[in-house]
Amino acid sequence: MIEKTKINKTHSHVHEKDQHHTHDDHSHNRVVQIEQDVLNTNNLLAQKNKGYFEAKNILALNVVSSPGSGKTTLLEKTIRELKNEISFFVIEGDQQTMNDANRISAAGSPVIQINTGNGCHLDADMINKAVKKLDVSNNSVLVIENVGNLVCPSLFHLGEDFRVVVISVTEGDDKPLKYPNMFHTSDVCIINKIDLLPYVDFSVEKAKEFAMQVNHHLQFFELSAKTGEGMDQWYDWLKQKRSKL
Amino acid sequence: MHEFSITLNILNIVEENAKKLNAKIVHEIEMDIGVLSGVDYEALEFAMQHTKKSEMLENAVLVINKIPAKARCKSCDFEFGIDDFYTPCPECEKYHHDIIQGTELKVKAIKID
Repeated sequence: MIEKTKINKTHSHVHEKDQHHTHDDHSHNRVVQIEQDVLNTNNLLAQKNKGYFEAKNILALNVVSSPGSGKTTLLEKTIRELKNEISFFVIEGDQQTMNDANRISAAGSPVIQINTGNGCHLDADMINKAVKKLDVSNNSVLVIENVGNLVCPSLFHLGEDFRVVVISVTEGDDKPLKYPNMFHTSDVCIINKIDLLPYVDFSVEKAKEFAMQVNHHLQFFELSAKTGEGMDQWYDWLKQKRSKL
Repeated sequence: MHEFSITLNILNIVEENAKKLNAKIVHEIEMDIGVLSGVDYEALEFAMQHTKKSEMLENAVLVINKIPAKARCKSCDFEFGIDDFYTPCPECEKYHHDIIQGTELKVKAIKID
């Protein structure tokens, strides 16, 4: 059963499906099927980005999370460890400042900072432009660190190969249930800051269980970007995905 | 979220198509919006009412088909209705399903003259 709701600009209330509302109905009115996705423009651009990445053999990752989960630290550590084996390029997204881009640059990777101002997510058009400015090389790994936000980025494909959602153990193990859209649309889930487990009431098993309820395809990594624990499995995954291209 | 920018996208799609069809006025915009699309129906109504529109669109009535969500269990093939992303399969109780309906966000049709 599909519920129909009519919303008329000249009225302030919503019509339920069984109420009849008369309008001036000209006899030459015609109904034309459109069937067009509203996020079509972004999706098309995302596909264009994807094609560009494929042509240049670039592995593209979209890293998403709440602010403060440790995305930038994870990236810094990854770049420092692997930069002799893998060519990294990074796109940083924040409302303001160059802080994250500066950190990535210091870690040894070319980086471009996108400041969204009042914007709450990166979109395919921003990535399309940034990739050209950054001049990403063939056979490299492009990491897009999205704006810290577990809500909005879930709707906006960027053309990435994998979406990586990062949660830290200080955020509560029911996070995946509270923000299901993001976990549902991700491929990888990184549980970060495991060095803090003795000090918080976070059950890794419960967090994984909740995440699997929302998305049974998720692959998990439990690690600490700070201490290095568990990072090897993440590095192996990166190298494996890159060599599969 | 983003109901205002979604509204702008909707109006762009409608205007573009209406112009191609040589329409003078758009009377109705029919949308398919799934209950798991991430769009808030009331926020969209609000955004629609408060966005400035061209003459062609200013009296268009928005009709939303609220598409219910359905899942198919990958363990036992059972199809079932859902209201959220984390309901288990009622047959085998596993959390091993794909969402097959309910995430739509599209302009379905327009009524024009």
